[in-house]
Amino acid sequence: MKILVGVKRVLDYNVKARVNADKTGIELANVKMSMNPFDEIAVEEALRIKEAGNAEEVIAISIGSAQSQETIRTALAMGADRGILIETDELLEPLAIAKLLKHVVEKESPGLVLLGKQAIDGDNNQTGQMLSAMTGMAQATFASKVELDGDTAKVTREVDAGLESIKVKMPAVLTTDLRLNEPRYAKLPNIMKAKKKPLETIAVADTGVDVSSKLSVVEVNEPEQRKAGVIVSSVAELVEKLRNEAKVI
Amino acid sequence: MSYNAPVRDIAFMLNHVVGLADVAKLEGFEEATEELATAVLEESARFTSEVLGPLNSVGDAEGATWDEDGVKTAPGWVDAYAQFVESGWGALSFPVAYGGQGLPMCLSSAVQEMWHSSNMSFGLCPLLTQGAVDALAHHASDEMKDRFLPKMVEGVWSGTMNLTEPQAGTDLAAIRTKAEPKDDHYLITGQKIYITYGDHDMTENIIHLVLAKLPDAPEGVKGISLFVVPKFMVNDDGSLGEKNDVRCVSIEHKLGIHASPTCVMSYGDNGGAVGYLVGKPHHGLMYMFTMMNQARHAVGVQGYGIAERAYQQALAYANDRKQGPTLLSGNDSEGIINHPDVRRMLMTMRSSIEAMRGLALDCAAAFDIAAKHPDAAVREAAQRRGELLTPLVKGWSTELGVELCSLGVQIHGGMGFIEETGAAQHLRDARITPIYEGTTAIQANDLIGRKSARDGGQGLNELMDDMKSVLEELKASNEVNLKAVAARLAPAIDAAEQANEWLLGQNDPTQPSATSVEFLMMHGRLAGGWIMARTALAAVAEKQKADADDAYLDAKTLLARYYAERMLPLVESGKTIIMDSAESTISLDIAQL
Repeated sequence: MKILVGVKRVLDYNVKARVNADKTGIELANVKMSMNPFDEIAVEEALRIKEAGNAEEVIAISIGSAQSQETIRTALAMGADRGILIETDELLEPLAIAKLLKHVVEKESPGLVLLGKQAIDGDNNQTGQMLSAMTGMAQATFASKVELDGDTAKVTREVDAGLESIKVKMPAVLTTDLRLNEPRYAKLPNIMKAKKKPLETIAVADTGVDVSSKLSVVEVNEPEQRKAGVIVSSVAELVEKLRNEAKVI
Repeated sequence: MSYNAPVRDIAFMLNHVVGLADVAKLEGFEEATEELATAVLEESARFTSEVLGPLNSVGDAEGATWDEDGVKTAPGWVDAYAQFVESGWGALSFPVAYGGQGLPMCLSSAVQEMWHSSNMSFGLCPLLTQGAVDALAHHASDEMKDRFLPKMVEGVWSGTMNLTEPQAGTDLAAIRTKAEPKDDHYLITGQKIYITYGDHDMTENIIHLVLAKLPDAPEGVKGISLFVVPKFMVNDDGSLGEKNDVRCVSIEHKLGIHASPTCVMSYGDNGGAVGYLVGKPHHGLMYMFTMMNQARHAVGVQGYGIAERAYQQALAYANDRKQGPTLLSGNDSEGIINHPDVRRMLMTMRSSIEAMRGLALDCAAAFDIAAKHPDAAVREAAQRRGELLTPLVKGWSTELGVELCSLGVQIHGGMGFIEETGAAQHLRDARITPIYEGTTAIQANDLIGRKSARDGGQGLNELMDDMKSVLEELKASNEVNLKAVAARLAPAIDAAEQANEWLLGQNDPTQPSATSVEFLMMHGRLAGGWIMARTALAAVAEKQKADADDAYLDAKTLLARYYAERMLPLVESGKTIIMDSAESTISLDIAQL
């Protein structure tokens, strides 16, 4: 079985995001970029499945600019076997990403597609679900535990009410939640080997997929600064303020 | 306070100032491309900031502990070391033949900075192993290398260096540890002190390198031999056998590096520890010297590594701490970073750290060229350069490192004196660096004697010539900051040349010896200015490229200017001190002191 893992290059989680000058998005020039933390978890899970003898090959895929190769190399240094970059300088929407992934799924026929439940830049939480719908593969999102048994995967999902266990038939799309695992550090010898692992680059145009934007961004703004709080002297005053000032009760 | 590895600054220095690309052209270093260096630095940054960094204050508070069974490291240490070995960090620069990655010293030094910034007490264990591996790789028989090196390179066994005895510190001729021949080996008896990681619970075996005297040893330093003494005997099949007759009898209580066990080692309490002679009899000290440059360089890296940590902490505090109106902001509620004098301290820390980092990496690159360049003349010149810069890297960077850690405390004000803040730990930890691996005076002696007087100033003159060509490049530019750097670099080079000439003209070593540390510090500051000038030139050149990050590059140029204006005038006053103060230093009657 092959496992396809999505790895997205995003603003590093330590960097404070700032809106760019023309208010069309986040400032990405000259800031540290790294792999989406949810995707690191997906790579780790894929490697664990392979190490347990349940998969033969882990393929890391990224869709983005040429620099996304670095993100794929990071996955290869962790232990993935080969990489695919679908190169584009545009920031694609989840729907376009899902279509491009579908294109690769049809070519590679993976038993599992592991994706982060969301990327920390857009926080969309859509790609996995869309890919599942378009390919007809089963979906198990927000996974915090994955157990494989033959052609089924038992997945524990983190939902609002607690934990939900479901069984899905493979091939399936799994999206990872934070508690699924703790990603490994890349070992130095593997960092060196990663340079020599195959990395295929495909131009978006060659996929024949329509990636045109269906949404338009009106404006991006910083969240409003939180105002200082006030200390109330009694419960009665609190209730009064909640009712008359905040108008929430 | 967490540690954030300055990957971008380190990579800038490696790629644009030191010239990693030139090193990567050498046969054997082809792997060391900019791309690989970036991947290595970034993963090292993650590992050191997430695994080693958080243990730094735990190690300080809990320390290593000793009982009859041996030394236990601080909580978390064993697990962190296992991860360190698992990730392969210890093997970065070791020979490929023994399981290392064979990467150049300039890249491994860059990585090691992060070990010491994040946790110097931890970093000492692999540092000592590296010294032992180097000594064995150069001087041991193939049989001995096969037996010990692969596990040491992997890091599952650590190494130690056993030189010092209570009566024999700097003067190693005075050692009393004995080695008696017995069958195919020797029996070692004696006591060694100050043995870093002489015992601990992080590895299954410890390989001690021990200086001792054979029964027929000539007097003095020519009578010292080098032995390998494993903690556990190593069987022919590589498995571990009986415990050897060596043990740690106590550990020292120290000002800093509490988590690094400093051991008193007793050899031969029960008849003699089994030891194996490395190389030829009576050559021990010479063997030690071949790796001395590398070990001293590594301690120099600690000097600025720890200052970097202190800087990060001080910077965060200065941004955060509010204390009344500040002159540099219109607003009363801004951090103390807006006080001009706090800015002076931060600029001094930041610019000095960059200068020291650049010098250490430049020195390491010289050793890389000396090791692999096809042209013998180039190799020889590079070796001369590396050896000349080594006492500067060790002596200057550790002395300055302590000063900067002290500034880090100062920026914290009263809070800096309170242990919970963590600023004081860096100062306490840093204080050992100008002492071990040869005190600053030893480095200064090395600089004025072995590295300057012995070759009639050839190495120094070559360095001055390189500085002058950088000065010409600066003068050819119209950039205002480069002009300012040139204005201070020119008189500094002149002053240093006068001091060099004075030194080489002295027949009696007494006077030069009295001001030798000043000579070392003067050359350290000047070499730092030379590095910063090159950094500024590189930044100005990088700015010409499309998509250049102007703010980042302008900061590099301004840091170079600050360094030139604040530090290089000290080269001129240093010259005066060197040439004029020797007599008053030594002429006072001891009874009056």
